[in-house]
Amino acid sequence: MDNLLSIVTFMPTLAAVILAVFLRGDDEAAQRNAKWVALIASGVTFLLSLFLLTGFDASDPSFQFVEERDWVLGLQYRMGVDGLSVLFVMLNTFLMPLVILSCWNVTHRTKEYMIAFLVLETLMTGVFCALDMVLFYLFFEGALIPMFLIIGIWGGDRRVYAAFKFFLYTFFGSVFMLVGMVAMYIDAGTTCIAACGPDVTGLLHHEFSSSTITVLGTHVIGGMQTLLWLAFFISFAVKMPMWPVHTWLPDAHVQAPTGGSIVLAAVLLKMGGYGFLRFSLPMFPIGTKMMEPLVFWISAIAIVYTSLVALVQTDMKKVIAYSSVAHMGYATMGIFAANQQGVDGAIFQMLSHGFISGALFLCVGVVYDRMHTRDIAAYGGLINRMPGYAIVFMFFTMANAGLPGTSGFIGEFLTLIGIFEDSTWVAFVAATGVILSASYGLWLYKRVMLGDLIKESLKTISDMNTREKAIFAPLVALTLILGIFPGLVTDITGPSVEALVAENLAAQANFAPGVEVAENASH
Amino acid sequence: MESIILFAPLAGSLIAGFLWKPMGERAAKWISTGLLFLSCFFSWIVFFSFDGTAYTVEIARWIESGSLVIDWTVMVDRLTAIMLVVVTTVSALVHLYSFGYMAHDENFREGEESYRPRFFSFLSLFTFAMLMLVTADNIVQLFFGWEGVGLASYLLIGFYYRKPSAGAAAMKAFIVNRIGDFGFLLGIFALFFLTDSLQFGVIFDQAPELAQTEISFLWGSWNAANLCAFLLFVGAMGKSAQLFLHTWLPDAMEGPTPVSALIHAATMVTAGVFLVCRMSPLMEYAPETMAFVTFIGASTAFFAATVGLVQTDIKRVIAYSTCSQLGYMFVAAGVGMYPAAMFHLFTHAFFKAMLFLGAGSVITAMHHEQDMMNYGGLRRKLPLTFAAMMVGTLAITGVGIPLTHIGFAGFLSKDAIVESAWAGSNSMASYAFWMLVFAAAMTSFYSWRLMFLTFYGSPRGDRHAHDHAKESPSVMTIPLGVLGLGAVFAGMVWYGSFFGDHDKVASFFGMPHQVEASAAEGDAHAAPAAHGAAERGAVFFGPDNTVLEDAHAAPVWVKLSPFVAMLLGFGLAWQMYVRRPDLPAKLAKNQAPMYQFLLNKWYFDECYEHAVVRPTMKFGRFLWNRGDRTVIDGTVRGLATAFIPFLSRLAGRAQSGYLFHYAFAMVLGIAVLMTWLVLSGGAE
Repeated sequence: MDNLLSIVTFMPTLAAVILAVFLRGDDEAAQRNAKWVALIASGVTFLLSLFLLTGFDASDPSFQFVEERDWVLGLQYRMGVDGLSVLFVMLNTFLMPLVILSCWNVTHRTKEYMIAFLVLETLMTGVFCALDMVLFYLFFEGALIPMFLIIGIWGGDRRVYAAFKFFLYTFFGSVFMLVGMVAMYIDAGTTCIAACGPDVTGLLHHEFSSSTITVLGTHVIGGMQTLLWLAFFISFAVKMPMWPVHTWLPDAHVQAPTGGSIVLAAVLLKMGGYGFLRFSLPMFPIGTKMMEPLVFWISAIAIVYTSLVALVQTDMKKVIAYSSVAHMGYATMGIFAANQQGVDGAIFQMLSHGFISGALFLCVGVVYDRMHTRDIAAYGGLINRMPGYAIVFMFFTMANAGLPGTSGFIGEFLTLIGIFEDSTWVAFVAATGVILSASYGLWLYKRVMLGDLIKESLKTISDMNTREKAIFAPLVALTLILGIFPGLVTDITGPSVEALVAENLAAQANFAPGVEVAENASH
Repeated sequence: MESIILFAPLAGSLIAGFLWKPMGERAAKWISTGLLFLSCFFSWIVFFSFDGTAYTVEIARWIESGSLVIDWTVMVDRLTAIMLVVVTTVSALVHLYSFGYMAHDENFREGEESYRPRFFSFLSLFTFAMLMLVTADNIVQLFFGWEGVGLASYLLIGFYYRKPSAGAAAMKAFIVNRIGDFGFLLGIFALFFLTDSLQFGVIFDQAPELAQTEISFLWGSWNAANLCAFLLFVGAMGKSAQLFLHTWLPDAMEGPTPVSALIHAATMVTAGVFLVCRMSPLMEYAPETMAFVTFIGASTAFFAATVGLVQTDIKRVIAYSTCSQLGYMFVAAGVGMYPAAMFHLFTHAFFKAMLFLGAGSVITAMHHEQDMMNYGGLRRKLPLTFAAMMVGTLAITGVGIPLTHIGFAGFLSKDAIVESAWAGSNSMASYAFWMLVFAAAMTSFYSWRLMFLTFYGSPRGDRHAHDHAKESPSVMTIPLGVLGLGAVFAGMVWYGSFFGDHDKVASFFGMPHQVEASAAEGDAHAAPAAHGAAERGAVFFGPDNTVLEDAHAAPVWVKLSPFVAMLLGFGLAWQMYVRRPDLPAKLAKNQAPMYQFLLNKWYFDECYEHAVVRPTMKFGRFLWNRGDRTVIDGTVRGLATAFIPFLSRLAGRAQSGYLFHYAFAMVLGIAVLMTWLVLSGGAE
């Protein structure tokens, strides 16, 4: 199948179009049909994407399943996956059927809701597959529209505020990326990232200038690379999100419906991390070198800061949202440690966080569906009536705290090992997250689950139903399997990461900024 | 066979935990217990058939990332073999005991709630994790077991989930342990950074070089061996409840008593001691850290014993006693006498588990009353329990015939430690010796106090409970009997192996004899480099380590001192609780500040509450309110109010609001990009 990647990418949109064109009315039958169509479409997409995995040659670090076509305005449609991206595609296609299932009780404009998710799936897959800068930009920015709608239309009481904040932050970031892309095009003369054919050097292998330049009286060491790095960094950092541009995330999560929260935490955030891996690290190695310490410290601060903030939240979803930011701190730290363990760990952390945080948001969703409140104080003693739920919630709380044997441990462990080589201080500060993640997680668990069931309102609460169990089952299984056999992931990412790290080191090895600085200073 | 030992408990845990519904509670309990006895049986076979040569069974690849390669393995050497029998024996007996103890639990609604399969499942899960810990051939699998036992401990402390105190204690245990793990993890990272491996064999081969290496860590430059050893020991402090990280252990008594016996006395809490012994080839090259280990161990032994003097909750007394005894083990490890540490670990497992199970038997008989002030005169009502507790007390206080090797288990192992402390060469050894002798007196005092208050005198407290107190069923007394055998004979039988002459100890732990030869040549490098991992013993003595010989050569007064201390403690307890029962109350009144200080456990909890917990929460709130809301959101809001109207005007009077803004911005962006592309002649 030559077009497998495109089929996987656009399958959900096809279903969305079918829904939009053929499904009429808003009665119960129509709603049910919409949900089933979405579920089947996303399920089939997942099954098709399995061919990506079986057909993927893990020992080959180059791009596979490459597709190339002329497109409008002289632009190229170019797609392909390598070891860095293929698992993100899988994460997306794997989670989407579960997300659709989690939305089974939605009654408000169900058809449109399903369409939003399906389109979102296409756009997110596209981000991970695009091998042309313009295409990447379209997918990257386009993915925000369905997400914006999901929060703005199906969200909670303050959805307008949250959607507004979401918009403002991401808009702010994308402006810089756009400027950066224009500059890159001027310099390289192509928008192709890689696998560009015989005559063209893709951006991945284009050497951007790193000689010191002066901007507004300031010497910028690393020159253009540093500036481009910064432009992309702002955009991806907002998306990740990194401290201190993270405050949109808790609000977006709290206001988003459960399905939206899952997609947001599990896949959408990873677009930022993937961006670092695809653009910042390989294209601007000198810029990376210059700015590494900044990222390390921002990441370490993020881990401690957001964990402490998570500790004092009174809203269940906010605890998990802040915990997400902390866990992404490990990912950014690992990426810019730019060694095998760091980057392997970062990718692992992002995938693992996809299951674990997704599952935790689902956990909140389960009780929210029953009680319609996320206030921690409204709960207590749920274990008495919800033993099955208690096990699942405990499992994911522990996985979130990085218990060995779950996938949560591998990512934290590898990224910390990676960072220790670069800076023991950063490793020291970041490792306190091990204590804090257990603290906020277990304290949340204690307040919601343990104790006697005293509150009248909770006396009739019911345990998970079959649908909810069916959603959790694959998440539990994957969290465990990847925790015990992480090789399933690292075998696929390993060769690509190795190549990335080696090229990064080679580029940085030839760089000697000291001389130029001295010269500039003497002028 | 090794795999069966390891995975039988896991199978038991899963079966009891997930399949009890179709098979029934009874079957679930029997299967998990049966599988543990199977595991126990094989462990003893391994223990007796083990010839001193370590071997490794690889199961599967775990983590692989660049040069970091870690496997799931079963490694068996002498340390592992000792731990296997300790863990599986106590665990199997505790499983059996739990049939009786958990038969009717008033914390649950009978008939409605099935708590027993859950209990057995957790116990078996714990055993599995503990076995993973002791059979690891790399430090990451050890950490897996380390955290696994932490999880099981959390689940079991919080077993009575309706009690708020149980939930809080479980959380505290896990988090305090995590503080230790924080150090442990940094130690692992440092080791990988220095040696590029996390396999014990590879690390140990490089230990002599680490002793010559400097590593820059945080603000300074440190000796690599000392730093790694110290960081790992921080982990051990958490798990083994040593001073400063001990506060979770007394609270952990919220769990059911069989749990206290298995996890918080015999096995899990000794994992820290095991870690230090396992890392002995590294520890031997880290003299400063070893002094620190000795200091912490000795201080803990002393501190915990003082607190144990005045507690009235029977389980808390034993908990502090455990804490104190763990301190003894760390002193032994700290002065380099690892076999003595393992010896005490081994004997302690029997008599401390027995004391806990005996206490559990008393608690069951007294309808879950735990305050010793409400006991008294129980020896006639509970004769078997009394006999067991008496054996346990004789063992822990160290009763035996001085200057011979005849006595209860604790007599031999504790005296071995006290003598080692005297013979130790590091700067803290003499401090440790005196602390341990003091602690021995106090151990004797609080142990006899417990016996006198519980079994002697006249009944106090609720009459009804006393009238109905009756001996526990045989599923509970049989395990007591088996452990009793251990408490009496374990010391005498294995004295030679753990603390006999050098050759015996060396052959028991599989230490190659060449080490001595090269030590004689004064060549520290040759010994570890010459032998591969296969030839290294389970514990390692550095070239200058002559503690074993020096301890045997200790003067008579040193060898007598713990015995004399024990007699003093006994005499004082006899005086205060049998002859003059009015004395303690008077003393408490006269010495009120001292009494309160001890009763409140030196105010550690209060200090931590005010110095750590509250400031942390306050800081969190500050970051949230001031940081996130005021500074970050405030700045953004400020920018937004300046920015958005401008954008709105630009966008015209669109009604769709923010979505339109966004779509507009994006279209604008793409338009700019396209224009560029078109103007400059297309993309290619």
